[in-house]
This record gives sequence, C-alpha cells and structure tokens, in this order.
Amino acid sequence: MRLLYFAWVRERIGLAEEEAVPPAGVGTVADLIDWLSTRSDAHREALADRWRLRAAVDGDFAGPEASVAGAKEIAIFPPVTGGMT
Amino acid sequence: MIRIVVGVEPIDLPAEQLLVEAVPGAGAVASFTGLVRADAEAGTGGEGRRVEVLELEHYPGVTQAALTRLAEEARTRWSLTAATIVHRVGPMRPGERIVLVLAAAPHRAAALDACAYLIDRLKTDAPFWKRETRGGEARWVDARDGDTVRAAAWE
Repeated sequence: MRLLYFAWVRERIGLAEEEAVPPAGVGTVADLIDWLSTRSDAHREALADRWRLRAAVDGDFAGPEASVAGAKEIAIFPPVTGGMT
Repeated sequence: MIRIVVGVEPIDLPAEQLLVEAVPGAGAVASFTGLVRADAEAGTGGEGRRVEVLELEHYPGVTQAALTRLAEEARTRWSLTAATIVHRVGPMRPGERIVLVLAAAPHRAAALDACAYLIDRLKTDAPFWKRETRGGEARWVDARDGDTVRAAAWE
C-alpha cells in the first residue's frame, strides 16, 4: 500500500510518501500506526502522540478502528486546521 | 452550478461572482471571503510577533472531493442555483484572500444560510493544514475546538 504523510507528520518522518507491505496481523489503522512506529526512530517519534493523529483510508477520513484490509492508499496526518483563522 | 477550485493562484473574486450571477434563477448571491490575518501571537496582548507568511498544505484529490461533496450537500439542502468554493493553498501573505465561498439562490435567506454553512463546514471537513511563519520561525497551527463545535451546530 501507499502511505502518505502530511504537515508535521511528514516533516518528522522525513518523507511525504512511501510504499509498505504490512504483515498479516495489521488489520486496523491503529495496528498500522503501531507497525509503522517500528520502521525507524523518526517514524516512532512522529507517530508517538496517537491522540494527535488522524487518518484517511483510500481518501475517506477513518478512525483508529477502521480496517486497512485491501486499502491502496492510507494517509496519516494531524487534525486539520481549516482554511482561515 | 458547482465550482470548486483549489490552487496557488490569487483568488479573483469579481470573476467568480460573475460566473455565479450568470446562472439563471438566482435572486440572491451571498459571499464570504477569508483573508490571511497578521495576528500577533496568542497570550502576548498584541505585542507578540505577527504572521509574516501563512502556508497551507492539503491532500490533493481528497480536498477537491471533500469540497465538492460539501457544495453538493448545500445545493440540495437550500436549492441553490450555484455554489462556488475557491481555496488557496501554498504560501500567502497577510491581507491576501485565502478562501471564497459563494452561494446563489432565488431568495436571500437560503443564500445567506448556505454560505454560512459552507464556511463553517469546510474548516473541519477538508484536509488543510496551516503553518505560520513569525520572526522567520515556522510553526504548524493546532486545530481549534471551537471550529468543531461550530460545524456540529449544523447537524
């Protein structure tokens, strides 16, 4: 699957996107974030504050319990901050 | 008409207004324009560093789809003749237009309500992230709970 990172998640990981093939036990967004955290120190630090992370599965906003089975594109990012202050 | 534009170009308000007015059936056009503010840092009593550059990052494709869905919801709910959302991304300076919402309907109440709905919802439903630069130092802006409350009030 293709992984996309935005805003400070992207900056902390040091990548805007990457390809990954998660192992069989990774069923949900939360599982995926746990697994990604083991990829590098930068991943672990960027993904440490779980409550500050949001995700989208194939373009739809998704909670931590959402399934990632068969997904082609998963995005991980901070809460959105709208168009104006 | 539904018109959604997400791009780095400055927002041409008069041109967008003319497009909406050209659609038959409208008796009212409501618009909202958001400008980049030069706000001083919070908690500094207006004395802190002001915003020099505001940069907006987005999730291409998904942004377009989210704004289109919102505009279509508003068109159905208020029987709009036209709904336009133009959103700037990339770097901007204070005073520049960051977002434009236009809603056209046969009468003013529907146009005004739809316009307010669209601007409240797009702040929470669309994947945008803001980064401010003050004193040459860039910082990602945190989400504000108030925006979620305002959007939920429409449910």
